[in-house]
Amino acid sequence: MHAHASNSAALPEFAERVESLARSLGLRYFPVEFELVPDRFMMETAVYGLPVRMRHWSFGVRYIRQLVQRNMGNSRIFEVMFPGDPCKAYLVDANSLAENVLVVAHVLGHADFSWRNGLFRRSMEMAGGKILEQAAARARRIEQALEAHGEDKVEAVLDAALALEAHIDMNRPLYRPSYDDEADAVQAHEETDAFYGRWRTLPGEKPIAAERAAKRRAVPPQPEYDLLWFIAQHGPELDGWERDIFLAVREESYYFYPVFACQIMNEGWASYWHARLLREADFLPNDLYVSAIKAHSDVVRPYAAGRSLSLSVNPYHLGFTMWERIVERDGLESARRICAEEDDFGFVRNHLDARLADELDLFVYEANANGEINVVSRDIHRIREAVLGPKFNFGSPRVAATRTESDGSLTLVHDHRSDGRGLDLSRAERVLDYVVRVWRRPVTLHTIDDRGNGRELTKRPR
Amino acid sequence: MSAPIRFSAQSPWYDLFSRGARDWLRHNQKVRQAVREQIVDLMTGGDFITQPDQRTVQVPVRLLEHARFRLADAQKQEGAGQGNAQAGDTLRQADAGQDSGGDDGEGGHDDGGIKLLLELKVDDIVDWLTEELKLPDLKPKTGATLEDEEIVREGTGKRGIRARLDRRRTVKEAVKRRAIQTNPTPFIDDDLRFHQLKQRPRMASNAVVFFVLDVSASMTTIERKLAKTFFFFVLSGLRRQYHRVEVRFVAHTTEAWEFAEREFFDVSGSGGTMASCAFELTYKLLDEHYEASQYNAYMFYASDGENATDDRAASGRWLAKLAERLNYIGYVETRPGTARFAQTDMRSIMGELSQGGARAGSQVVSEVKDIWQAIRHFFVHEAESART
Repeated sequence: MHAHASNSAALPEFAERVESLARSLGLRYFPVEFELVPDRFMMETAVYGLPVRMRHWSFGVRYIRQLVQRNMGNSRIFEVMFPGDPCKAYLVDANSLAENVLVVAHVLGHADFSWRNGLFRRSMEMAGGKILEQAAARARRIEQALEAHGEDKVEAVLDAALALEAHIDMNRPLYRPSYDDEADAVQAHEETDAFYGRWRTLPGEKPIAAERAAKRRAVPPQPEYDLLWFIAQHGPELDGWERDIFLAVREESYYFYPVFACQIMNEGWASYWHARLLREADFLPNDLYVSAIKAHSDVVRPYAAGRSLSLSVNPYHLGFTMWERIVERDGLESARRICAEEDDFGFVRNHLDARLADELDLFVYEANANGEINVVSRDIHRIREAVLGPKFNFGSPRVAATRTESDGSLTLVHDHRSDGRGLDLSRAERVLDYVVRVWRRPVTLHTIDDRGNGRELTKRPR
Repeated sequence: MSAPIRFSAQSPWYDLFSRGARDWLRHNQKVRQAVREQIVDLMTGGDFITQPDQRTVQVPVRLLEHARFRLADAQKQEGAGQGNAQAGDTLRQADAGQDSGGDDGEGGHDDGGIKLLLELKVDDIVDWLTEELKLPDLKPKTGATLEDEEIVREGTGKRGIRARLDRRRTVKEAVKRRAIQTNPTPFIDDDLRFHQLKQRPRMASNAVVFFVLDVSASMTTIERKLAKTFFFFVLSGLRRQYHRVEVRFVAHTTEAWEFAEREFFDVSGSGGTMASCAFELTYKLLDEHYEASQYNAYMFYASDGENATDDRAASGRWLAKLAERLNYIGYVETRPGTARFAQTDMRSIMGELSQGGARAGSQVVSEVKDIWQAIRHFFVHEAESART
C-alpha cells in the first residue's frame, strides 16, 4: 500500500483546525504527537500494546493471528493512541484523508478523557507521563539480559511474568513499600496517633506489638493479589535482572489497566467527540465530511455488516450511545464529571438504564457446551453484569499468594468463591510450570474442580 | 505549553525489521522444539504427508498457547448480546450428533482456524525417534551380515604408479636429502614416495528391502495409511544404516504384482487374499536380482491378517524359503480399532516361523502410535541379533 499523498499535505492543516475547535469546545489534554506510520507498524503496535516492547514468542502468535485476520479483511486498525505527557498517536499513512481527519478528532477525544479520568490521572501520577520511553528502555535492558544470560533463561522469566501480567493489585501504589516498611509506617502512626493512644488504655485491650510481631513473621501478612510484585520481592533465588523483568511487566500492566477498565467510556467518549467535532467543523469540504461520517458509522455500528444481531456488544457503539444520552439529558458538565469519577463498572451500573438497554436491544444469552445458544433475559441488572463480567479483576481469575514456608515453598489460592467456579486445570498447571522455574521452590495452587471439590496442584523445580 | 499537536511521518527504519515476524520465528522454533520433545505423541495424529522427495514430512501442528490462569469453561457460558431477540429465543441450535464435553485440550476453539504446517527433515525425526524410543543403533552383524572387500590407502612406499604419487612426502624426502648434500640435484628417484593400498574387509553396504502390501478389498484407506507410515519410517531407518538401499514394492490380492512406488499405495484390488503368491514373487525377485553375497535383504509385509485358509501351507513354505535368504522378515498387521488378541492366520504362520528360529517378527498396529512400537521392536531385534 502506498501512502496517501494528501495525508502529508492537507492533514496537518485540517488537524490544527479540528484541534482549535476542540479547545473551544472545552476539551483538555496534554500535547498530542501524531505520527503517520505504515500499516504494518500500526498492526504490530496494536499486537504488542506498545510501540517498543520486550520480545516474546507469544506476541508472534498474536501477530500471525492479526495478519491472517487482516488478510481476510476482518480487521482494520485506524488508530493507536498512548496517553501520557505528551500523548502519542499513530495514524496509518495509507488511510484516506477523511479517515485520518476522523482519527485525529477521535484521538483528541481520548486525550481529553485520559486528562479527566481519575484512573488515568492516578496511573500517570504514579508512573509519570513518559511511559513509552520507559517501555523502550526496559525492552533494551531485556535485550541486554538476552545477551548476558541467553534466550532460554530470559524467556523462562518472561513466560512467567507475562502469564501473570494481569495479576496486579490496582488498589496498591505502583511503587510499593516492602511489607516491613509498610508495617513500620502503620506502627509509627499508631504510636503517635491520639486515637490509638486512647485505644490502648481501654480495659481488656492487648498490646498491639505482640500481635503485630506474629503477623510480621508471615510473608505475605495478608493474601497478596499482586503476584508480579510478590514474586519480584520475595522470589527466594531471583537474580536482579529477573526481578527487573517482573517489575517491567508489572509497570506496563499498571499502564494498561485504565485503558482496559474504561474501554466503554473511553471509546464512547472519543466517538462522541469525533462525531461532534466533525459535525461542527464547517471548514471541512463536504465530500470529506461525508466520507469521514461514513467511516464513523462503520466504527460505531452495533452489528457486523448485513447482520441484525450480535453475540457481543460493541463498546464503541454502547459508549457512544450512552454519552450522547447523558449529554442530551444532563448537559456536558455532568458528562465531564462522570468522565472524571467513573470507570466502566460505575459507568454501566449507574448510567445504563432499562430504557436505553431496551432501545439498544441488549440481551443476555447463554451458550451451552453443545452449541445451543438461548436468549435468557432482558433484565437490566443481568445485562449490566453480563457486559461487565469479562472485565472483573483485569479479566482474570483472582489468585493470591497466601503463604511461604521456611523452605521457600509458595502457596497460591484461587478465590473461587468470588469467581464462581474453579480454574481451567490444564492451563493452571502450565502457568505453575512457568512460575516454578523462577520461584525455584515448590509451588502449590488451590482451586476447585468442576464438581466443586478442592483441587491442589503442586509443581516442584526440576 | 508546547504546541498542542505535532505531526511527523514515517519511521523508515521500520521497513527493515518486523518484530512480529521475529517473535513468530521464535514461536516456530519453539514448536520445533516441542515437536521434538513429543515426537511420538505428535505423530499419533498420523495425518502427516510424505513429500515427493521423501526427505521431509509436513506435520500439521497447533499454534502454541501462552498459558494464563483462566476459569474453567462453565456448563453455560453467559454473555451480553445485542439485537432483536426476546428471552426464550433460541439463537443457535445444538450441534447435531455431537454433545457436550469435548474439550479438545490446549488451544481449543480459539485457534482461529490457524494451523501451522511444519516441515521436518525425516532425518531429524528418525534421530528424535531413536532418542525417544531409545532405539539402538544398528551395528554391523558378524554372522548374518555380509562382508565386502574394500581397498583403502594405507601408508607410503617407494614403489607405485604415478597416479598414487604422494607429493608431500616426496618433497619432504627431497628436502631432507638436500640438507645434507652439497650441490644437490632437486629430485632423484629415491625421493619418490607412493601411496600404498591395502585390502580390508568391510560391511556390505548394500541392502534391498521388499515392501509387500496386501491390497485386497478388506484393506481400507486407514489400513493402508498405517502400512504406509510404517514402511516409510522403516525405510528411513534403513537408509541411514546402509549406503545404498534398493526398494521393491510388491502388492497382492490372489495374485501378486510388482509396482513402482508412486502407484504402490494407490493400488486397490478386489476379492480374496493369497499371500503366498506375493512371497513367491518376492523370492523370485530376490533370487534373480540380488546376489546373496552382496545384499542385506529385508522384507516387510503389511496385511490385515486375513488370508485364505487353503493358502496357509503355501505361505508357510515360501516364507520359510525367504527366511533362509533374508536378514529379517517383519510382519505388521494393520487392524485399526480391533482387539489385539484376536489371533489371525497370518500371525500364527509368522509365529511358527520365528519359533522355528527364523529371524522374523510380527506386530499388530491398530493406531499410528503402535507404529513406533513396531519399529522399535524391529530395530531392537536387529541390534540384539547383531550382538549375538
